[in-house]
Amino acid sequence: MDAWRSGFQSANSGVTVNYDGIGSGDGRKQFLSGAVQYAGSDAYLTDDEIAQAKTTCQNGDVVELPVYISPIAIAFNLKGVDSLNLDGPTVAKIFDGKITKWDDPAIAKLNDGVKLPSTAITPVHRSDDSGTTQNFTQWVKANAGDAWPYEPSQTFPVKGGQSAQGTPGVAQTLQGGEGTIGYIDSSQVGKLGSAKIKVGDAFVAHSPEAAAAAVAKSDVVSGRATSDIAIDINRTLTDSSTYPLVLVSYDIGCTTYADANTAALVKGFFSYVVSDAGQQAAASAAGSAPLSSDLAAKAQAAVDAIKLG
Amino acid sequence: MTTTAADTRAPSPAPSNGPDRPRPPRRRTRAADRGFNRAFRYLATSAGTLILIALAAVAGFLLWQSWPALTSSGSEIASKVSFFQGQSSLASYLGPLIFGTLLAAAVALAVATPLAIGIALFTSHYAPRRLASLLGWVIDLLAAIPSVVYGLWGALVLAPTIQPVWQWVSNVLGWIPLFKGPAADPARVLLTVSLVLAVMILPIITAVSREVFLQTPKLHEEAALALGATRWEMIRTAVLPFGRSGVVSAAMLGLGRALGETMAVVMILSPGLTYSFALLLAGKQQTIAANIALKYPEANSLGMSTLMATGLALFVITMVVNMASRWVVGRRKEFSGAN
Repeated sequence: MDAWRSGFQSANSGVTVNYDGIGSGDGRKQFLSGAVQYAGSDAYLTDDEIAQAKTTCQNGDVVELPVYISPIAIAFNLKGVDSLNLDGPTVAKIFDGKITKWDDPAIAKLNDGVKLPSTAITPVHRSDDSGTTQNFTQWVKANAGDAWPYEPSQTFPVKGGQSAQGTPGVAQTLQGGEGTIGYIDSSQVGKLGSAKIKVGDAFVAHSPEAAAAAVAKSDVVSGRATSDIAIDINRTLTDSSTYPLVLVSYDIGCTTYADANTAALVKGFFSYVVSDAGQQAAASAAGSAPLSSDLAAKAQAAVDAIKLG
Repeated sequence: MTTTAADTRAPSPAPSNGPDRPRPPRRRTRAADRGFNRAFRYLATSAGTLILIALAAVAGFLLWQSWPALTSSGSEIASKVSFFQGQSSLASYLGPLIFGTLLAAAVALAVATPLAIGIALFTSHYAPRRLASLLGWVIDLLAAIPSVVYGLWGALVLAPTIQPVWQWVSNVLGWIPLFKGPAADPARVLLTVSLVLAVMILPIITAVSREVFLQTPKLHEEAALALGATRWEMIRTAVLPFGRSGVVSAAMLGLGRALGETMAVVMILSPGLTYSFALLLAGKQQTIAANIALKYPEANSLGMSTLMATGLALFVITMVVNMASRWVVGRRKEFSGAN
């Protein structure tokens, strides 16, 4: 977000865009109450929130743009092992504490030829509430079947165990112990090993391209305005070019603003964010996946729906 | 909030100095209460009042913000707040947090107090003057390090490094519930946190204790030595009894800081909500302040209110601790080192 702000401001001198990183829930709330002109959120608006937004948007439509796509990596720290194949049920059992050793038959079965030590597994989760946890638990729930008895939530549902604040905290905790495993934004994997997850019959490594493909192949939530590109990520894609363990953040605004200047500013800023330049800026600053050209075109069409005056 | 300059000051001379000294008039005559005198009196009075107003405002704010959570049923909060899942009531959420807060602070105090007394005695009665002032300076420097730096050091250096030590402790002393193993790897556990907290509260306990020990009347010390006491016996019979209440109040000040410490705990501890005494297992305890810092950014309005309720609990606990320390000091004023 900061990269976008500075990029946009340097391209448009005399303009200041402010962004207050207060968390997705509060951001949406403040947007709905009209206190801010746009919001960034790790989740799209619910139907109830869309109804509330009618007033804020002067009876216009809501603009929701998937602007930030980040693959979530399942990273681990295990001496001598850089890459592992894992499927949904195995990941679920590891994070639920049901599989406790790295040489467990369930892991060995998926990794022929990899020499697994008998080290104890230490799963590490986020101790703060986060969109990353929300998306990770959604993926596990969709792929693990009965092995994962919890509902998706931004609070990690399994009690106890190791945890840390933020993706950097988790990454550092993974590095600090032997036999640790956790889920982190892929940009922070660094020297850690990371798992290939089972997609269809293949095992797919996380990559910006595969993450963007997963978003592109998922369906837009139906029954909403054309400017509202909310995406229900299909966690059970079978196409091996996709990596469905992915987090999508949205920029949220209105098609109609009371003030023409505000409309022009929001439109300009959103156009920049979904443009190639904006997406490249995010990719180099945060390691996110640039939007696919198809999605970027759709997003630009949504931005064009913002009425000037 | 818990360590104000006023608290570290030695108490003012006791009013019970005996009838032989004439009592000063309560207020100067009207003629003198003019100009700067009067202005200064108003200034001092309003400064004192301001503190009370600020305190009342904080308490009122916490109460006002936490009201929705205090008046909602547990199931209502659980349906709206994600971190409240599986809790039956606000009390069931608050209980383990209070327990964790007190446990972390108590362990930190148990580590820091003997160490601080040792350092204070060394600087006041054993060390050559040069060394003593150097050591005092170094200890004071510890107080100047920001807590986020302690947190980084604890999480990046101490937790991985100390893991083998904790493993050894749990192997040898694992039969004590406190040290139940196997020790977590990395050691993001309460004992590591308490160790860092101990280092953080060491300066204040040491500084206050040293001042109190230095106040021991020379006559008492010389009398003890003249009776043939060794230096250790002199300290045991003269210095320690004299400084006891001062040390207690110093420890209470340290406890206040340990209770409210946030960043270091957030960064080092793997939190969990249980009533567990296991200091070497991950995901067992959590402190109130760290929990607020962790859950605040993504909390919705009722979640925020729930966090404010835990903040109110912390406010009350800290206040009780400070009042208790005042009471301990006030009860034994005659030994408190100011006379």
